[in-house]
Amino acid sequence: MKHTERLRDRPQWVLDHIAAQRTVDTAEPIAMAPRMMPPPASLDPYTGTMTDGHIAHLLRRTLFGFTMEDLRHFRGQSLSQILDTLFQEQTVPEEPVNDYVDSGQGESDPQVAYGESWVNHTYDGDWESGRTVSYKVWWLRQMLEQPRSIHMRMHFFLHHILVTQSWDTFYGKLSYRYWKTLFDHCFSDYRSLMKAITKDAAMLGYLNGNQNSKEAPDENYARELQELFCIGKGPDAAYTEADVQMAAKVLTGWKTSWPEAEVGFGAWDHDTSDKTFSAFYGGHTIRGRVGQAGAEETDELIDMILDNDEAAAYLARRLYQFFVFPEISEEVERDIIQPLAVVIRDNDFQLAAALKVLLASEHFMLNEVRGAIIKSPVDHIVGAFKVLEVDWSAGDDLHYRFVRNRALLWNMSDGGMEIGDPPSVSGWPAHYQAPLYDQAWINTTTVVRRALDTDSLLYWGLWSPVENYFADYLAYARTLDNPQDPNALIADTAMLIYGIAIDAETSTRLKDILLSGQSTDDYWTIAWLEYIADPDDEMKRSLVVNRLRYLLQIMFQSGEYHLG
Amino acid sequence: MKRRSFLSTAAKSVLIPTAMSRMGMSALVPGVSPLAHAMSMLGDTDKVLVLVYLNGGNDGLNTVVPLDQLSNLSAARPDVILPENRLLRLDGTAVGLHPSLGAFKDLYDEGRLQIIQNVGYPEPDFSHFRSTDIWMSGSDSDQIVTNGWTGRYLDREYPDYPIDYPNENAPDPLAIEIGYGQSLLFQGPVGNMGMVIRDPEYFYELIENEESTVPDTPAGDRLAHVRLMARQSQQYGAVVVEAAERVTNQRDYPAENYLAEQLKVVSRLIAGGLQTRLYLVSYGGFDTHDSQVEPGDHTQGTHAYLLEQVSEAIGAFMQDLDHLGTADRVMGMTFSEFGRRINSNASVGTDHGTAAPMFLFGNHVAGGVIGNNPVIPSSVSYDDNLEMEYDFRSVYSSIFEQWFCLSPQQVSDLMLGSYDTLAVTSSDQCGVTSTTRTFADKPQLSLAPNPAVQSTTIRFSSTGGVVEISLFDLAGKLIKTFTKAHYPEGDHTLSVSLSGLPSGQYAVIWRQERFRANAFLIKH
Repeated sequence: MKHTERLRDRPQWVLDHIAAQRTVDTAEPIAMAPRMMPPPASLDPYTGTMTDGHIAHLLRRTLFGFTMEDLRHFRGQSLSQILDTLFQEQTVPEEPVNDYVDSGQGESDPQVAYGESWVNHTYDGDWESGRTVSYKVWWLRQMLEQPRSIHMRMHFFLHHILVTQSWDTFYGKLSYRYWKTLFDHCFSDYRSLMKAITKDAAMLGYLNGNQNSKEAPDENYARELQELFCIGKGPDAAYTEADVQMAAKVLTGWKTSWPEAEVGFGAWDHDTSDKTFSAFYGGHTIRGRVGQAGAEETDELIDMILDNDEAAAYLARRLYQFFVFPEISEEVERDIIQPLAVVIRDNDFQLAAALKVLLASEHFMLNEVRGAIIKSPVDHIVGAFKVLEVDWSAGDDLHYRFVRNRALLWNMSDGGMEIGDPPSVSGWPAHYQAPLYDQAWINTTTVVRRALDTDSLLYWGLWSPVENYFADYLAYARTLDNPQDPNALIADTAMLIYGIAIDAETSTRLKDILLSGQSTDDYWTIAWLEYIADPDDEMKRSLVVNRLRYLLQIMFQSGEYHLG
Repeated sequence: MKRRSFLSTAAKSVLIPTAMSRMGMSALVPGVSPLAHAMSMLGDTDKVLVLVYLNGGNDGLNTVVPLDQLSNLSAARPDVILPENRLLRLDGTAVGLHPSLGAFKDLYDEGRLQIIQNVGYPEPDFSHFRSTDIWMSGSDSDQIVTNGWTGRYLDREYPDYPIDYPNENAPDPLAIEIGYGQSLLFQGPVGNMGMVIRDPEYFYELIENEESTVPDTPAGDRLAHVRLMARQSQQYGAVVVEAAERVTNQRDYPAENYLAEQLKVVSRLIAGGLQTRLYLVSYGGFDTHDSQVEPGDHTQGTHAYLLEQVSEAIGAFMQDLDHLGTADRVMGMTFSEFGRRINSNASVGTDHGTAAPMFLFGNHVAGGVIGNNPVIPSSVSYDDNLEMEYDFRSVYSSIFEQWFCLSPQQVSDLMLGSYDTLAVTSSDQCGVTSTTRTFADKPQLSLAPNPAVQSTTIRFSSTGGVVEISLFDLAGKLIKTFTKAHYPEGDHTLSVSLSGLPSGQYAVIWRQERFRANAFLIKH
């Protein structure tokens, strides 16, 4: 593929945008001196009651935001019933369509009619930035509109491990195919996913697989295949530089045609020598094969790597760090990670099955695990949108909707997370960089930005070029069981938006705010009930609005809001 | 304790008032002086270090080209080799800079750019993440250190941070990272010492709110972190905006240059009077596995673009510092997690390598080229890499020693080991605070009456700008700040009340930019 030409094709704003996205990346997952760490408990199933707090904790970690309605849906169900629902695969969403041309300005994409799917269309330098943004906005919409299934979050997890960057790919069709490959394998085994993603066109471009040649091997993919995708760099990850070089030889021959971008095996550029690996891989030799049989070596390589015990342990750690807690203590390594690795192996690398065991465990339900991961920018925005009943649709005009929803993408990008484009091949630093880990999401800039986001939603509207986004806080209050009771209103709001329970003192303080300093609960109750009885009365409405909105502003500005 | 030759600096600017003779000279004995202590409370260096991180692993061999190795280099990396006649040869050396580095060449010719060849570390790691960690933490290849070399320095200088920060003596952020992430660099042994800034003109006020107790859980750790960031955003945010607003006349920076944008902010904050000593800016894209150069013209392509951006950004930064009168206080250093292979690959690029050159820039760098050209064998295989000549920690140690003026023991404590140092400054920067803008005469500060009973009048001079005058007791404790305000150029008087002040000896300390003067006051 003519990568240089593609680079040149990119508009200046894309190059600037890419440059601005690059952040400092350091470190891979390593155990560090613990501050507070969850005790190990065990991987045995949690058998206690499922309170609202337990359900909320589970939903916070498996969905992108949730509402009172979601929580109510699961009330009274056992943990395994809830997990059965959450682990149902979601249907394949409708493909992203051409919503990126501004037909009002006379724009048109010669390949794709307005409103038609663009995912099978060949590279067009004029429209790849439009398609790429369309892809990302569409992806964001899948998060906003997800059913009660872990599918999209599992998909996001895989995106964190098997990274490509869509601005690097700069080819909508390939970005979509990458997305779909991950989507299709969320509930299948990691072996088949690895075999597919190794031959994925976006990945072959991103980590130089296309250029990996028998004359001049390119180690980029061979290295990350081990370091980031399958084995990691834990203390027992003893693969060698020679293993990287051998793997690079095995992987020679995969090519992507241009401009169609179909992947094929070019036997002419495959290194047909035998490849012998180090003792870490049992001194295994992959026999060099000629012709199309050379492609089989790739699958043998992936099987060899995943057969190493360290692979399941690494994947167990990644699951744990993403869904439970970013740091791994020695006890957790022993009592949770290693048993979970066994589950992964026993289930032939079906990560979803292992994750289900993890989420059903005593350990996951520990109080010490609750609220122990700071929300990512996506969790912040999507979560706030869902709970505050923000209307993110934009009528039938596709381009209008595209422009409106795109503002959210840039907002999250400013917050440090642009979906589809992690800052580097190792993903977002919040998931791997000691010692801050998830705390890296919150710095002096982002903490203020997030407050500005939620204040905007509540007061003057979160910005988009066409129509700002507004919280419907009255609709929100109506979703609660007892909005007329100030105690219940505050307790339920805390349960929905905070990662941890609030103490009595905080609850009292918040109630003072809601009651404007009055001491009788009835003042709020009466105000609310009068408003409900006559919702069109401006005076009654404003009495409720002024208090409720300020309460929500303060609760969203509080530190507890960022705990996920 | 912090600046080894503190008193030799102080002696130049300290005025000895008439009251001194009555008090005797004991208060000025070096080392134990209460006054010295009082002065040290103010933060005793105005020097700034700007770290420029070239993310991805910059190809050293196409940045600083060894002219005496060109034939072997051509054989080893035919796909990316630069044409000799386009290289910017540095006078008196066997080194040529990449043709995109015109602004660097100018700085070099002015003695304001220094090149250190073949910097690396033993047992190099080829992983971006590991090697970045190593460079940022200053660890050995096989050692895991979860704090940064500069974070440790700040922790040493401000040991209780972040408890009770900001405060009177350290009102400004300790370190500033421009951009998005909080890197390992400013991570101290306890907490992160840095502040992240994107837009210095932007400040949003949060609602002040009572806070509940932080629970003793992992979530509690996070809650404490969020609250700290919220608090600092309010406290430091206002300070930063205030500093930025003071500077409105910067020089032009190149357009559409992300590094230049960042450096422009850094320059603005330095000139705006922040006492912040460390800045980090980053620029990515150096992982040039493919398309490093244009096949038809090796002086064009990704790497040329990146180097041009870096060179022009730093060139503009230096001109802006000159213009704003801050250039003497600033040193810059580029670093990248590794260099690249000697061999080019089949994708018109280069793969991860080892040692590479570093650049230091600033008015007081030693200049020139330290180190030898790397030797390129006549036959290079893919696995061959450049030998390291200098450990990167030697460079860090040298900066600590010669720019931040730490003792050898202090340096080795911070660097977790002892490393040879190199000459990185052109002259001794630790004895004297050099200046570009100077007072026509010595800064004026006097008190009358002195001794005083109820009040006294302070006479002082200003170069035009913010003057701060504070009262300290001789244990170095800040009693009160009389003024911190803008005064036009010239002499001024300020009458201050001393009522309620216990009888005894005090120091009145005047500060403007990096100048300090003090006078003793006796209260009856």
